[in-house]
Amino acid sequence: MSSDHAALLAPPPPGFPMPRPSERSEPFWSGAREGRLVLPFCSSCRARALRAFAVCPQCTATALAWEQSAGRGTLYSWTVVWRPPHPGFVVPYAPAVVGLDEGWWFLSAIVGCAPDALREGLALQVEFHPASDDLALPYFRPVA
Amino acid sequence: MTHPFRDVAVVGAFNTPQARRLPGHDSASIALEAALGALADAGIDAGDVDGVVGQAAAEAVLELGLGPCVRRPSGLGIPSIVDAATLITTGQCRVVLVLAGGAGLRSHGSAAPWTTPPNELVAGFGLFTAAEFALMARRHMVTYGTTESQLATAAAVIRTNGHHNPDAVYHGRGPFGPEDILASPMVAEPFHLLDCATVSEGGCAIVLARADIAARDPRAVWIVGCGSDSYGPAYTVAPVWDFTPRPGVRPAGWVGAGAAQASFTMAGLGPADVDVAEFYDPFSFEIIRQLEAYGFCELGQGGPMVESGAIGPGGSLPVTTDGGTMSYSHPGIAAQQFQRVTRGVQQLRGECPSMQVERAEVALCSNGGSGALFTDVLLLGKGRP
Repeated sequence: MSSDHAALLAPPPPGFPMPRPSERSEPFWSGAREGRLVLPFCSSCRARALRAFAVCPQCTATALAWEQSAGRGTLYSWTVVWRPPHPGFVVPYAPAVVGLDEGWWFLSAIVGCAPDALREGLALQVEFHPASDDLALPYFRPVA
Repeated sequence: MTHPFRDVAVVGAFNTPQARRLPGHDSASIALEAALGALADAGIDAGDVDGVVGQAAAEAVLELGLGPCVRRPSGLGIPSIVDAATLITTGQCRVVLVLAGGAGLRSHGSAAPWTTPPNELVAGFGLFTAAEFALMARRHMVTYGTTESQLATAAAVIRTNGHHNPDAVYHGRGPFGPEDILASPMVAEPFHLLDCATVSEGGCAIVLARADIAARDPRAVWIVGCGSDSYGPAYTVAPVWDFTPRPGVRPAGWVGAGAAQASFTMAGLGPADVDVAEFYDPFSFEIIRQLEAYGFCELGQGGPMVESGAIGPGGSLPVTTDGGTMSYSHPGIAAQQFQRVTRGVQQLRGECPSMQVERAEVALCSNGGSGALFTDVLLLGKGRP
């Protein structure tokens, strides 16, 4: 297991369960295909939302808008999975909550470092990896 | 002011045998078996039931020949019991049967199948229940210094309770120490296999009756408080401990704090009055979290409280005395949630086959957890409110 702990975390090869993009989140998915992290916010109160909304939870405005994040942030919380829910997820992998500099919380997974290197506050940068012919997913890598 | 549930008694509580598998059963049939057991426990004829609440409510109405009567097809746990009590307080029913069961549902893989999220924002990153809860636990560890060993100590207490419980699916598998939990395979850090709930099959039913019907029942138990906190749908967005939906509200990691406060206010009681805590135990960390959220200790002190021995047998607050979802049973969406209440009723009646808390008069039962963004609390009392 110690060698696994030293192995670099990487995105799974295609074949893992695919997200099913919703119409409401289309700007996120089309941004991801172009290598851009496009996230939801409220154009009325500027709140950074956890997901695309019909009504802003902070101010109740029906003012969903999208904005490109610089994709930089820090590691807020993480887990290292050793028993996956689906064999398509190659262990170990590290789902994580990233606190983006602009104020979003974003759920992703960490790549490019060993599980043992994960620390609260670790500086991270987004990168995109294809999940299928149609979809790309944003992952986060420690800033060198 | 008269207590809102002064006229509602819990008169029946019953769990069917629980097992990894119950051959020949489906969810409805095992729920019905539980219903018959709970009615027998209550000494009430099926013909006197005029309301049924639970996933299998309509099935029960048909199979027990109860129609026409009230039915609420609710798949929730404690909120279903509160709904049932409200059917009585509003005069719609006199006797309400609450039932749930899980059997024949799954392939018995490593994770409960209803907990693997399909949502677009989480599905691609390999999230599942253990990982969702782990993201909450890790943040607590970062913030307060909570340790894997403290988590393991909570799991060891609950699994040892199950070891002693002759009705538990994992009866006789222990006793467990923290080192046994830490030696089990890692699932999703910081959770080892034995920090996590198991998967099994079984049924559970509870019968509520109007106080005048329950008047001569010396075993009657009473609903003295209830409350619910939700921060949204489970397993669809990032589980963030510090997420606050609006300014000025408690963060999501404290989910259940409001539910407990509402329960204690309704009961006119406080945490010090609770004799036994039948906490929902999807993961070991949730025990530590609930101790803090419900006010049994200060925020960040749940780990040290667990290490002090307070939650074990003879401690100031014995927790999850039947072995919980880790060792007693975890049959599916709602049955294991009702089972926290069944155990609370058994504690107040003094009828537990193991880990009976002497002279227990107030039991706190809970459902849910931080990774699922909801927590429900029910306070049971031996005395009529």
